[in-house]
Amino acid sequence: MTDLTSLSYTPEHEWISRDGDIATVGITDFAADKLGDVVYVDLPAVGQTVTAGEVCGEIESTKSVGELYAPVSGEVVEVNTALESDPSLINADAFGAGWLLRIRGSESVDLLDRAGYEALTDGAA
Amino acid sequence: MSALSSPSPAPPPPRQTPLHDRHEALGASFTDFGGWTMPVRYTSDLAEHRAVRESAGLFDISHMAEFQVAGAGAAQFLDYVMAGRMSRLPLGRAKYSLVLAEDGGIVDDVIVYRTGHERFLVVANAGNRDAVAGAFSSGSEHAPIAATFVTEPREAADAVASFASASPSPDGTDGARIEDVTDRLALIAVQGPRAEQVLRSAEGLAADDLSGLAYYAWQGGTFQEAPVFIARTGYTGEDGFELLTGDAHAESLWDALLAAGAPHGLVPAGLAARDTLRLEAGMPLYGHELSRDVGPAQAGLARVVAMDKADFVGKEGLLRRELDSGDVLVGLVAEGRRAGRAGYAVTGPDGRAVGRVTSGALSPTLGRPIAMAFVPLELAEPGTALAIDVRGTAVPAIVTTLPFYRRTT
Repeated sequence: MTDLTSLSYTPEHEWISRDGDIATVGITDFAADKLGDVVYVDLPAVGQTVTAGEVCGEIESTKSVGELYAPVSGEVVEVNTALESDPSLINADAFGAGWLLRIRGSESVDLLDRAGYEALTDGAA
Repeated sequence: MSALSSPSPAPPPPRQTPLHDRHEALGASFTDFGGWTMPVRYTSDLAEHRAVRESAGLFDISHMAEFQVAGAGAAQFLDYVMAGRMSRLPLGRAKYSLVLAEDGGIVDDVIVYRTGHERFLVVANAGNRDAVAGAFSSGSEHAPIAATFVTEPREAADAVASFASASPSPDGTDGARIEDVTDRLALIAVQGPRAEQVLRSAEGLAADDLSGLAYYAWQGGTFQEAPVFIARTGYTGEDGFELLTGDAHAESLWDALLAAGAPHGLVPAGLAARDTLRLEAGMPLYGHELSRDVGPAQAGLARVVAMDKADFVGKEGLLRRELDSGDVLVGLVAEGRRAGRAGYAVTGPDGRAVGRVTSGALSPTLGRPIAMAFVPLELAEPGTALAIDVRGTAVPAIVTTLPFYRRTT
């Protein structure tokens, strides 16, 4: 189990896990539940530069489409290729096997801690 | 995840069905639909979709509106305010029909059940409850038959009993007597290839000869000695039943069906699964494929309209429309995983917009994106190569005949 208090969050329902200058990014279980079953994920290519606060991908469920905002500026160093064949990993394990991408960089949008994120979602997260 | 951030405005507080507590206990996520708070999914909408295709699903559709039309003039009144010829509907049978505006645009699509020689049940979409009542009311001003609108509340048990038995109409009204009975009834759907077995094994539910009940037919039964109306109708493309009972029995009937269904693989299913199921089955959804701006022929529903009736609401409008028929509804099948969504542009060979998507999803059964869309008649031929503009990317799509999915049993 991921320690949810060790993660940072964005108001756009993304989570970030830091390891040195690498940020691993995913969406929260709250966001995954709201989307419903994820059926398609469109992520930036490895090597692409993304800008904090700008759209860098899409997550589609049977019912809707969510835009993915880059929470950190920098270079995409890895994307979760397992999602191509099994996007349902996002619903099954949003904070683990359902991670989306890794970005090398430090400049980020304003981040929330776990308590701040829970307050944002009225405790539903 | 911007799509999640904007709360949707909801001025009048949405209403809850008699089964709301059951949905909460089952851990449902909710959505507002047609003025009601409805379960959108319980666990996974894909799993719920598959359950309906492979075994069975249980749906609360109590948000649907129900009108009873009774009296010696009931059939004649409905012949005037509906597109179809209800006077020819045999007792015990159901018919899909349309309520039209004067100009021929679609006010709602409904199912009409003949519940007596002089009595019908009209099941309308939740969001069109007022529109249908309004159409009945304005239609009554010109109808060849006097219509009265019943407003005094009736006991739920009486309301169900009156159409769960096929006895003659007791009221002896000369004209048509219209009553909105929505608020006293619960409507539960059991859909899927195992639906009949689920009903047979539901404790407390008594119904004769379910296997002899034809598609688009209904019969009366009892649940815990209360009357229940059992129709072999649905909105999923599978075999299945819709059960109408009084509010007071809704929870115990739901529980009995859930318990009886579990060994058959039945799961509770929400509106998300209902939507992908009906889309695969090529069934229109009001507000998407159907609207006041769409005529029956455009939506492929000309067969529903009895143009040979002497007069009915919308006839003149339809006769005028023939000359300028407008875009027509088609099915589109695309490659890949990216689905066209309602409102997306459909583009032609030269890349210019030629139409728009009304509903779309990655089909859980087919594994490919499917959509319904309005396009010009000359581009509606099956096999025509078009594209859907999926947020800037032209995704190739081929026009195909509806439905996308047809059950094999």
